[in-house]
Amino acid sequence: MNPFKKLLESSEKHFTESGRFHSLEPLFDTIKTIFLFPSPRNKQVPFVRDNLDLKRYMSFVLLSLIPVLIFGIYNTGFQAGLARGETYTVFRSFLTGSRYVLPIILVTYGVGFFWETLFASLRNHKISEGLLVTGLLFPLTLPATIPLWQVALGISFGVVIGKEVFGGTGRNILNPALTGRAFLFFSYPLSMSGDVWVAAKTTVDGVSSATALSIMAPEGERLATLLSDSGFTLSNLFFGFVPGSIGETSALCCLLGAAFLIITRIANFRIIIGGIAGLILTATIFYLIPGGSHTWSDAGPLYHLCAGGFLFGISFMATDPVSAPGTNPGRWIFGGLIGFLTVTIRVVNPAFVEGAMLAILFMNVFASLLDHIVIKYTASKRIPNV
Amino acid sequence: MSEENTNYIEILTKGIWKENPVAYQVLGICSALAVTVKMSTSIVMGIALTLVTAFSSMLISALRKKIPSNIRIIAELAIIASLVIVTDQILKAFFYDISKQLSIFVGLIITNCIVLGRAEAFALANKPLASFLDGIGNGLGYSLVLIAVAFLRELLGSGKIFGFNIIPQFFFDAGYQNMGLMVLAPGAFFIIGLLVWLKNSLPGVSKEER
Repeated sequence: MNPFKKLLESSEKHFTESGRFHSLEPLFDTIKTIFLFPSPRNKQVPFVRDNLDLKRYMSFVLLSLIPVLIFGIYNTGFQAGLARGETYTVFRSFLTGSRYVLPIILVTYGVGFFWETLFASLRNHKISEGLLVTGLLFPLTLPATIPLWQVALGISFGVVIGKEVFGGTGRNILNPALTGRAFLFFSYPLSMSGDVWVAAKTTVDGVSSATALSIMAPEGERLATLLSDSGFTLSNLFFGFVPGSIGETSALCCLLGAAFLIITRIANFRIIIGGIAGLILTATIFYLIPGGSHTWSDAGPLYHLCAGGFLFGISFMATDPVSAPGTNPGRWIFGGLIGFLTVTIRVVNPAFVEGAMLAILFMNVFASLLDHIVIKYTASKRIPNV
Repeated sequence: MSEENTNYIEILTKGIWKENPVAYQVLGICSALAVTVKMSTSIVMGIALTLVTAFSSMLISALRKKIPSNIRIIAELAIIASLVIVTDQILKAFFYDISKQLSIFVGLIITNCIVLGRAEAFALANKPLASFLDGIGNGLGYSLVLIAVAFLRELLGSGKIFGFNIIPQFFFDAGYQNMGLMVLAPGAFFIIGLLVWLKNSLPGVSKEER
């Protein structure tokens, strides 16, 4: 028996019903289950063979986010270097990037953990592992230049309004990380849109810090030519060497994460495939409609797929098992409509450059309705008892 | 008639706090979203609604034995509408700027659920004085919520109170920004929701009363 386990067991009595620190029991429980076994094991039948509990579930999502995170840190530094007119080495990019990204992540976890502990103590539920995922997803959707107090405010809103008012993890109707981002998006548009995507104070002339989606060609030019002239070639967008939110730039890393989640059966492939199919279909329809060749309606499915945060959202946020539908046909429709709405918002509504966040939140609201319709329909097909 | 022991103070305070029309009865939300961007408009709106509710309740209560019950809604609306038109004209005559900002929402007091709700729920069964106080109480309760919401929205959304800058300039220099969400209607939703949450979790508001 190791000394740490001994320490935990000897201090456990303070956190029990009659102990001094009973109100901090959820905190103690969290520390214990992170380092030791997650839950009590059965001594008799039934022995559950599957070890896929909430903690394992959430840590798999964290693992799948590692490529996105590492590339996000690298790209933040790399873009900052480009904006200063230099090409940073890999090491220097990481160093510069982590100076911007790590504080955001630390603030998110610190503030999120504070709210989670507070509600766990007040409401007497356990500190949920969902926060670990929310607290990593949320920073990855932000621009690297965001002020830290806004990060704190955003995660507070996401955790309290997005999750805890509904009763905690497993009962939220919206994705908490996206709720926090939507709050920041509407509250502080100055920090969330426009020229905020590159983490450098001074930029060299001719270096744009806009994202690909905010580019609109003048009348008469084609969007595709202008995009590649500004450095947003399809391969750059696919590998992610473009300005953008920390985690969303690289389509490749998002797809790696999605593949990992699908293989380990954490994420449901129907949502991801359905979403990509919906996006490609809608983008193709807009592409075939004549006119508007200088806007994003002419961009075509591949550009729509690689630019912006769609792949990040559909892989890591739309697949959140709590806020997505629970029936298979419902999942197909859910994913497909997210893809459709993303393109529609991008093309039709000039006020919002990126539609993935709003599309996912909107469909989160409809998730339970989709389930309801699917269940009613299935039940109506059943042969009545005779 | 066993209304001798009417407790007027309780009728008055019930509407302000315990059965607050916005926080407890969840009425009048629409105008609470629309006019609470600034303090000045919400105070005028609160006063207008308080007077309309009080006098319409009193008049309806005075006529309660004459109004046939199958056409009572029409009769009540006629009284309320007349009072609202009077209020609207007074505002236009004396507070033209604020009347402009309130625009349609003074006229829409007619459709405010609080006015008709108090007429139906209280005035039809009580004496004129009690109904008048009930209207005042409910109107004040509505104004209280309106002013609280407007205070937070104006302070956080544009950094002002009554149009005066409150947030000092060095805050902005240090990186402070106004919260754009508070100027939008959803901001009022969140604030009202949080206020109701706060009220319900205060000691003395027990679970049965929720």
